[in-house]
Formats: sequence, structure tokens, C-alpha cells
Amino acid sequence: MSRDAVETIVIRLGALALSLFLFGAFVAAAGASPLDVFYQMYRGSFGSAFSFQNTLLRAAPLMLTALCTAIPARLGLVIIGGEGALVVGGLAAAVTGLAAHGAPPLLATTAMAAVGFLVGGAWTGLAGALRAYRGVNETISSLLLNYVAIALLNHFVEGPLRDPASLNKPSTRPIAPEEMLSHIPGLDVHYGLVFGLVACAVAHVLMVRSVFGFGSSIVGGNLRAGQLCGLPVRRMIVIAAVLGGGAAGLAGMAEVAAVHGCANASLIAGYGYTGILVSFMARHEPLAIVPVALLFGGIDASNGLLQRVDNLPDATVGVLQGILFVVILASETLYGRFDWLPRGQPAVRAALDAGVETVKPAATEVSS
Amino acid sequence: MTPAASTSLGAWGVALALGAGAIRISTPFLFVSLGECITEKGGRVNLGLEGTLVMGAMSAYGVSYLSGSAWLGALVAGLIGAALGLLHGWLCSLRRVNDVAIGIALILFGTGLAFFLGKPFIKPSAPLLPAIDFGFWSSSREVRSALQINALFLIGVALAPAVAFFFDRTRWGLVLRTVGESADAARAMGYRVDFVRSIATMCGGFLAGVGGSFLSLFYPGSWNERLSSGQGLMAVALVIFARWSPLRCLVASLLFGAASALGPALQSVGVMWGYHLFNAAPYALTLAIMIGTSSATRALDGQPAELSAAR
Repeated sequence: MSRDAVETIVIRLGALALSLFLFGAFVAAAGASPLDVFYQMYRGSFGSAFSFQNTLLRAAPLMLTALCTAIPARLGLVIIGGEGALVVGGLAAAVTGLAAHGAPPLLATTAMAAVGFLVGGAWTGLAGALRAYRGVNETISSLLLNYVAIALLNHFVEGPLRDPASLNKPSTRPIAPEEMLSHIPGLDVHYGLVFGLVACAVAHVLMVRSVFGFGSSIVGGNLRAGQLCGLPVRRMIVIAAVLGGGAAGLAGMAEVAAVHGCANASLIAGYGYTGILVSFMARHEPLAIVPVALLFGGIDASNGLLQRVDNLPDATVGVLQGILFVVILASETLYGRFDWLPRGQPAVRAALDAGVETVKPAATEVSS
Repeated sequence: MTPAASTSLGAWGVALALGAGAIRISTPFLFVSLGECITEKGGRVNLGLEGTLVMGAMSAYGVSYLSGSAWLGALVAGLIGAALGLLHGWLCSLRRVNDVAIGIALILFGTGLAFFLGKPFIKPSAPLLPAIDFGFWSSSREVRSALQINALFLIGVALAPAVAFFFDRTRWGLVLRTVGESADAARAMGYRVDFVRSIATMCGGFLAGVGGSFLSLFYPGSWNERLSSGQGLMAVALVIFARWSPLRCLVASLLFGAASALGPALQSVGVMWGYHLFNAAPYALTLAIMIGTSSATRALDGQPAELSAAR
């Protein structure tokens, strides 16, 4: 393992420990016992086979929504539209499933996945294209698109696509049982988890081992340099945004086809927002997303137990996520400050660090 | 207003409701955008004002309920907003810490904290901010209700030219603009760039917190977890549209207020179709405005040169 990887892991674990300490102090101030809260969180996430499967169920969409932020981040974009891409992807997949009723089940399910991917991809692809061709800030536009997506979902499930039988919770008609995603043999977890794992692996190959990924790193490091190399910067930005949104759309498809059986407001579960956090914690590395998604899936899964046993409100997990996010971003400042540790190539590292000090800030302010 | 009464006014009812909405709904937009304008003039972006808005709404309602004074609630909301702004300012002063990312984190942190601490305040009703009755001359109930104007709105309207005066005519305003235009020049003149930016972010947080108090203490006038739906974020986009001018922030806020009133106004005259779509009008409007005013090739007029994210 390289020295940089060790540095990353040490700083991340330190940030995690500090966050848990702050969170413990917070719940203590709220009148709960921190040790009991931590124990319940362990019990609700990794403590038993049942709770671990619950963790896996929640980690699956997080892996995909995290890619929505992680892939464009390689090109220096901050896209946070995972929630919207998941919602429209799920809605489109449900419509496809209903339309494909009667077709061979495997074909119908595949079509649902493909449409979910494409519609989710088009959704954030729009934010990417607006950034590339009109210079519209992609962070704000993708976040606005989340609200538009939720309005679209509400419009369709309460209006044109509403199943008259869904009284209390407006939903589309349920898709046929044989079109649903099945469970992984031996586990009580659906194939969405496989989607997540495969997508992270593919994204790793694409972003770390392919020419496209290499070009993306150049553009992300210095946009001007990318243009001077003759890279099709605009097209690359759109492609990355489409791939990221497609991953989140696939998460929506899996939620529809494996969990809910139809499209309704349950799709708006916050996976898109937690995915942003997962991506930042993994430093936008696709392979690192897998363990981080498991961690956050576990935090999410322990929510119910925290409410029942410690009598804490359901927003407790939100507080922990907020603390984690702030502390993790602040810990970025620690990179490169452990100079007393032995290094591989001292001369090269010193030159790089000098570059970081003097050249990088100016470059990022102009180009990022 | 009741559906039957406004139906009798017909299309005028819709226009009146839009006008009333422009005044009633615009106040949080106005405060947040003026706050963000101050922050961005210093060269930083604080996306976390959405979280500040929610936190301000919750704390204002809680303090108003516990103390019985709505104005004390608004003040505390501002102070809590200032604290969140200071946190943002301080974290961004650290080396290699990105202001946009910290803003996203503070959205999650602010809303999470507000939902946690706000649980006990969802049910009870707190004293609200008083409205000033400007519609006493009219016999129409709709006009009278439209002209129930809150003092915070008037303060916001007065604040816009005051902030413009601060930017253009005062020494501190000049320092802030220098920091926003060229950090190196400001540093060479002996100003502490990070300090100035942190103070600017703190002031922006104060205004956003007060804007949040309007949500819970006047309109809609209660505290719940669906109170804010991206107003803080739209206000950040609105600053780009307003080209970093406080007076144009005022105009844009009124426009956004009217757009937000479109869904309820159409519903009140009996247009039931597409309620959710019309409610999404402000988001679509924000996007359309951003597309119309942005450019891929050049910086915008009035844009602080140190600003990295507002292209």
C-alpha cells in the first residue's frame, strides 16, 4: 500500500473518530448515554446477520448515488443531483416495467434498468451540458433539478399515473412480480447490491485505468491544460455527468424493481444526499466508495433502533451525517502535513509540495 | 383567502395573489440573497445558507415559544446564523478546504441539527411576528389580506440600498470588494483576507438566519420539517442573476416570491391540474435565469474576480 493511501486512511479514520466523539457529546447533551447509543448503532448495523443484511440493502443505492458525485468530480465538477436522478430513474423504470408487461420477464427487467440508467443519466447530463456549453454552475443547477424531479414524481403519481387502488400513499400501478429483481441466492438482499459493486468496479477501471479517466484527471487538475492537450473537454464533462446520473438512475430502478414494486414518494429517501457524503469521504475513489457506503448504510440502518431504544428523534442520524461531513472536509487540510514520516522519493515529493503551495491555489481559483 | 371569494375576482384574483405572494414570500429570498451578496463580494460562496435558513426558522420559533417574544426569536435566529457563518468562514480559512463543499456539508448539518432540536416545537404554537395593516382603505377582503405586510419585509427593503451604500461608499465596503477582486492586492495592502472573508460570511449568516425566522414566525408561520424547500439555495442562484447588486437582489426576490405564489394562486381559482408542476415554477425559473445569464466564455459583469464557483 502506498504511503499516500496510508495517509488517506489514517486521516479519514481520525476524522471518523473525532466525529463520533462530537456526536457522543451531542447525544450526551441531549440526555442519552453515548455508550449505549454507540452500542445500539453497532447492534442495528453490523451486530447480527439480520441487521447486516439491512445495512447491505441501504448500502446498495448509496454506492450508486455516490458515483453520481464521484465520476464528475474527477473532472473537477461538483454535481450533487443524485437524489433527482434516482427519482426520475425510478419513475421511468416503473413506467417501463408497466409498459413492458407481457414481454419476457428478463427482457422487461433489463429494459427497466436500461431506461432507468438513461433517464437518470439525461437528468444530470443536463446539468453537465449546461455547465460545458453555457457555463451554468453545475452544483446549483443539479441541486435545483432535484426539486424539479421530486415535483415531477409527485405530479405523475398523484395524477396521470396514479393507481386508483393506492389510497393513502399515491403510487403507480405495481409492476408484475416476475419483472421484479430477485434476491441474491443465500441472502435476503436484492441484486441492486451487485449493481452497486459492479458499477464501482467499472467506474474504477474507467476512471483510473482508461484513457478517458487519464484525460479526466488532466481536466480536473487544470482545465486549461486539458484544452491545450486537445482533449474534447466539453464532451468529456457531459459524458461524466451522464455516467454519474445513470448510476443514480440505476439505484432508482433497483429501489422500484426490488424494494417498493412501484414508484411513489418512498423513492425520496435521501439516498442521493447521503451519496454526496459517501463520495466526499471516499475522496471520489470508486473502489473506496464500497466500504464507505457500507459504513453509511450501517448508520442509516441503525436509525430505527436508536429511535426505539434510546428514544432519540429520527433526525439523530442526520446530525451525525452533518458532523461527519463537516469534520471530514475540514480534515482535508491535514494532507501533506505529516512531513516527519519517511517518504518514497524525497526530492519529487518536495517539488510536488512546493507546487501545491504556490501554483495550485492560483490555478484552482481560476479554473475550478 | 377562500377559493369561492377569489373565484369571483377571476384573473384579477390570480394577479392579486401573485402580487401578494411577491410581498409575502419574497422576504426570506431577500434576506438570504443580501447575505449571500455580502459573502460573495468577499470572494467566497456559502451554499450552506439553506441549512442556516432552516436552523434560523427552528431557533426563532423555539425562542419565540419559550420566551413569548417573536422579535427575540428573530434576533436569536440571526445570531445562530452568524455562528454558522463564522464556522463556514473559519473552516474555509484552513488550507485546501473548499468553500462549496463545506457549504454542502453545512446544508446537511444545519437541517439535521434543526430537525433534531426542533422536534419539541412542532406541535405548540408560538407568538408570531406582527403584521402592519396597509390595506385599511380597501373594502375588498383579498386586497386587505394581501397588504398585511410584515415589518421584516420593510426592513429588508430598506436594507437593500443600505448594503449597496456600504459596498460603494464606505471604507469597509471597499476593503471587502478589494478582497473579493484580488486577494493578492488586499494582502499587499496589509489586510487579512481570510479574516475579512470570515466576517463577511458571518454577516451573511446573520441575515440568512433572520430570513429563516420569517418562515416560521410569519409566513407560513409554524415550524415543521417541510418548511424550507430550497429557498436558501434559490437565493444563492438569485445573487448570480442579480449580478452581485443588492438593489437587483430586491427586484429578483420579488420576482421569485411571485413565482412561488403561482401554484397556490392557480389552485385558489380552481385550477387543480398540475399543482405540483406549478409549485416547481421557482426552480424552473431559477434554472432558466441561470441559463439565460451565464456564459461559457466570459466572466459575468459585476462578478467578484476571486469567486471560483459562481460562473
